[in-house]
Amino acid sequence: MLGQEFMRNALLAGTFIALACGVIGWFVVLRGQVFAGDALSHAAFPGALAAAAAGIDQRVGLFAATIAFAAGIGVLGRGALAGRGARASGAEQADDTAIGIVFMFILGLGVFFLTRFSLSSGGVAGIQAAHTLFGSIFGLAGGEARLAAAVGLAVVVGALAIGRPLLFASVAPEVAAARGVPTRLLGIGFLALLGVIAAEATQAVGALLLLGLLAAPAAAAHRIARSPFGGIALAGLLAVAATWGGLALAYAVPSLPPSSAIVGIAVVIFYASTVLA
Amino acid sequence: MPARGATVTPTRMSDAANPQLTWNIARDVSELLEYHFMLNALIAGSIVAVMAGLVGWFMVLRREAFAGHTLSMMAFPGASGATLIAVPAAWGYFAMCAAGALAIGRLAGGQRRSRSEQSAGIAAVQATALAAGFLFVSLYGGVLGDLESLLFGNILGVSDGAVMLLAVVAALSLAVLAAIARPLLFASVDPDTAAARGVPVALLSIAFLLMLASAVAATSQITGVLLVFSLLVGPAATAQLITARPAISLALTVALGLLVAWLGLGLAYFSVYPAGFFIATASFSIYALTRVLAGVRAGRRRGGFDEVGAGPPPSGVAA
Repeated sequence: MLGQEFMRNALLAGTFIALACGVIGWFVVLRGQVFAGDALSHAAFPGALAAAAAGIDQRVGLFAATIAFAAGIGVLGRGALAGRGARASGAEQADDTAIGIVFMFILGLGVFFLTRFSLSSGGVAGIQAAHTLFGSIFGLAGGEARLAAAVGLAVVVGALAIGRPLLFASVAPEVAAARGVPTRLLGIGFLALLGVIAAEATQAVGALLLLGLLAAPAAAAHRIARSPFGGIALAGLLAVAATWGGLALAYAVPSLPPSSAIVGIAVVIFYASTVLA
Repeated sequence: MPARGATVTPTRMSDAANPQLTWNIARDVSELLEYHFMLNALIAGSIVAVMAGLVGWFMVLRREAFAGHTLSMMAFPGASGATLIAVPAAWGYFAMCAAGALAIGRLAGGQRRSRSEQSAGIAAVQATALAAGFLFVSLYGGVLGDLESLLFGNILGVSDGAVMLLAVVAALSLAVLAAIARPLLFASVDPDTAAARGVPVALLSIAFLLMLASAVAATSQITGVLLVFSLLVGPAATAQLITARPAISLALTVALGLLVAWLGLGLAYFSVYPAGFFIATASFSIYALTRVLAGVRAGRRRGGFDEVGAGPPPSGVAA
């Protein structure tokens, strides 16, 4: 299995993307921003298509779309950046709706660009759209895989660097703000990290399936681990395990798409954790 | 290119009759009403706009947009699974959406769980559904054209049978909604007090999720799976921004939903772009405009202190 170059590339990119998704996902679940993360990952899709329609590198579009989305919910629902943790408040309602509204508009633009692209390029558009939505991890070239691994590693380092204050700001935002922790800045920085990994991971597991890798291992880690940093490590490990298992399974069963297998295993881990805990 | 009135099903709007949008609106409208498929699309769009508006109003109030989005994703494995075992796609839609509602209720329900735990449970349901859907598509072996119309809607494909099915589903779920509207409103606004007063909050929440599931399944046939929020969230959020009074707000939601749906379908007829794009854009524009106007009003009333971003919608702005 490891003799195949596409498999080595997939493993290299998949491992670091999964690690970053697990670590970022742990904070996403802690901060109650699963819907924001979900919408952010779907927003990558119009970005890639817009870039394809304009004939530029799809990564430019991916990053532009995720950052535009983060800014959009930041403007319409200011509470989204504050990280109020698990508590429900009046402001959260505004966020929930604001995410839904911005989300819908960005996906509407995605339809526009898909149509525009398919008018100019015939059959390529459908394949491109499917790749963006569902990923094509077995199709990564060596350079792309190394870049994905580097981005994944950078996101993990970035998350760990702001880990302590971010944890404080997520669990007790008011206290943290009173102690002089820049909660708003941390919130924006965190969404930016989430945007970066969403854009990068879209190429591997796809815009639609990214949520599984982001939320399922992290939610399982929240149920199992007691300490925060133990939880972060466990989330990263579970995500990597799901990716390795998924890749091996998809290699063994050719009709099984790799992203389905990866997300399938991640979800099974989550269900197992709900039964055990 | 098929001639006017040909029986060949057009694959794109522009193939139907090569229509041109003129400034004579009455002529344009009468032109698009000449076509049976367009009439079907408008009837279906109206049914869906009313149903999605009313159910969506409660969804926005209950902050269940994530659950709504996840239910819309259930249509994907529903349709692809139905294609795989050769039953009508619409049945798959409704069956999977209902299953998704029950799964969300099981995994994320209950007042004991915190909000982030609930959303993690919802996320797991969504991830399962999408992984299964993609698997079904691969097993079936490349249905990209169908996938596109599933995700983004295809108003050309609304048959007489589909309109009938939509009408029956809408009538049923609106009847249920009318029956439980009052306790549901109570349970949505103040669940703790409602539970203490003996309102079956948990049962209502499952019933509402099932209603949401059928509204989502119906809406996705017009706007596509990815754009159900344009009819589900947009009109309702706009109406709740304008007034806090439930009855007026609900009526406004329906009016806005119909406006957005007709506008989107009408424009789509004269363009190469799908209806979902126009519906989403119209829905977003109306919300953004209202939001700005509400902000200006609230800012003026509070002496320049702009507090639009946070807090519940400013009540009585239009009063």
